[in-house]
Amino acid sequence: MNLHASFTYRKVVDRGMAVVCAVFFALAFIPLLSVLWLVISKGAAGLSWAFFTQLPKPVGEVGGGIGNALVGTLFMVALACLIGLPLGVGAGVFLAEKGDGTIGNTVRFMAEVLSGVPSIVVGIVAYALVVVPMGHFSALAGAVALSILMIPTLARATEELVRLVPGSLREASLALGVPHWKTSLRVVIRTAMSGIVTACLLAVARAAGETAPLLFTALNNQYWNTDPRAPTASLTVAIFNYAISPYDDWHAKAWTASLVLLIVVGLLNIASRVLTRNRLKGAR
Amino acid sequence: MENGRPGAENLGDRAFNGILWVLGIMILVVAGLIVLNLALVARPLAKDHSIWGFITQTRWDPVEDHFGALTFLYGTLVTAAISIALAVPVAIGLSLFITQFAPTKLGRVLTIPVELLAAIPSVVYGLWGLFIVVPWLRESIEPWLGKYFGWIPLFQGPPIGLGYLASGMILAVMILPTIVSVSVEVMKTTPETNREAALALGATKWEAVMMAVIPYSRAGIVGAVLLGLGRALGETMAVTMVIGNTPQISASLFAAGYSLPAVIANEFAEATSNVHVGALAGLGLILFATTFLLNAGARVLVTAVQKGPSRVRG
Repeated sequence: MNLHASFTYRKVVDRGMAVVCAVFFALAFIPLLSVLWLVISKGAAGLSWAFFTQLPKPVGEVGGGIGNALVGTLFMVALACLIGLPLGVGAGVFLAEKGDGTIGNTVRFMAEVLSGVPSIVVGIVAYALVVVPMGHFSALAGAVALSILMIPTLARATEELVRLVPGSLREASLALGVPHWKTSLRVVIRTAMSGIVTACLLAVARAAGETAPLLFTALNNQYWNTDPRAPTASLTVAIFNYAISPYDDWHAKAWTASLVLLIVVGLLNIASRVLTRNRLKGAR
Repeated sequence: MENGRPGAENLGDRAFNGILWVLGIMILVVAGLIVLNLALVARPLAKDHSIWGFITQTRWDPVEDHFGALTFLYGTLVTAAISIALAVPVAIGLSLFITQFAPTKLGRVLTIPVELLAAIPSVVYGLWGLFIVVPWLRESIEPWLGKYFGWIPLFQGPPIGLGYLASGMILAVMILPTIVSVSVEVMKTTPETNREAALALGATKWEAVMMAVIPYSRAGIVGAVLLGLGRALGETMAVTMVIGNTPQISASLFAAGYSLPAVIANEFAEATSNVHVGALAGLGLILFATTFLLNAGARVLVTAVQKGPSRVRG
């Protein structure tokens, strides 16, 4: 930056840098459009009722579906929610209500740092916690891994949402003689509720897209399974296995399964956006 | 409590407080569980491997129970370095565009595609990388680089597509949203008055950015990059699918390699001996420790910027 240069030169640099920044923006767009376009164009051909309802067929046989993987993902994510949502939201409420001391700061810092721990590492932890004591791979182990991934991000999101609730609401309730706990639950948390639901939906979307922590916890399964003690197929692991296989038919299935996964994740994201918009309208 | 007679604390309050504290402490328990369990699974490794030997040797031989992690460390570091080199300029330009150059309303809309990039699952990136990016690199980019920049050792060797370069490029796309969202946030904390002061003194928009925005948010941008680096180091699926999974160290970016998370993903389920599982958990510990430190550092930097220096506050 040379402030002694002529004004024209400085103007040119200014415009030039603005253009460079805009170009970078376009550059970031290309991969997004490419991923979306390819998943849709390559995946749509394989969509059929059978794809959602049938078991995978062995190599060489035409047809078959990923029904068991879809059910497996839904089942494990649901199990993970049972553990992860209450703990994550609860920790978030703790941070918002009691989190101003040393312990609160430590918890907040930990939650932030844990949200960056690689998911594969969490997989090893779930392996040690569930697979080793049980002696075999299981849906429960996968769900534990997913829930550990959910907790820290959900806690931070919940805290911010609860803190958004105006203090005057709480004070008004307390002034009416309502006890603290009832004020927290019925006034503060209820006001933040739609935001918390949004955060939960996003956490679910993220969990549904996780692959690495499932590889050696839930493993895989060729058949239907809704037993938490048995190994379970999942959409993401199915995509991985199909993608690295040498068969063209399986590659096509990987694209179609990716399309299904993107639709699931996309719907959850859209739902969360709609909820957020309604919340903003309500606040006005 | 302030809402009752002294000493007559509401029973409901006490229960509620107790539950909240337990839930909050759970986060610390989870952190403890992660460290404890990693260490427990990794323990069989410690019997005949020193930490130093583990990270400086290259021989990874599950049959003979001899484990050295250097090859994988190298692959992880190289791919992360490529991704940072590619993603950081784009991310900073993009954040500046969103916060400084684009009109406010447009800027808000422009964050949506960035969020979309973050929402795509990594296995889908892997699939895209394997069938789109890798052939593209093999057929056009790598031959081109080899032809014109082949005198640099980085760009020598046969263009096979799979390898460090492919992994680095896909990682760059994946860490971009992380870096952008955090840098946008810290750039927004720059006091409007600082920028206006620069503009009032006759600075162009770009000069105002360089004089007011960048110096104010520099530490936070570094924090954003560290967060991105942490994500690049730990990313598993996309890298496993495109790095080639070949345990070798080579100077060429075109060569196939192997990374820490990729080994864990490929070998953990089939590892039979305790020492092998231990070695993989050892790799996990290295990953955990590195990302933990990176994230902690990043958070400190970002929080410092968001709070603002005390002299600016007054």
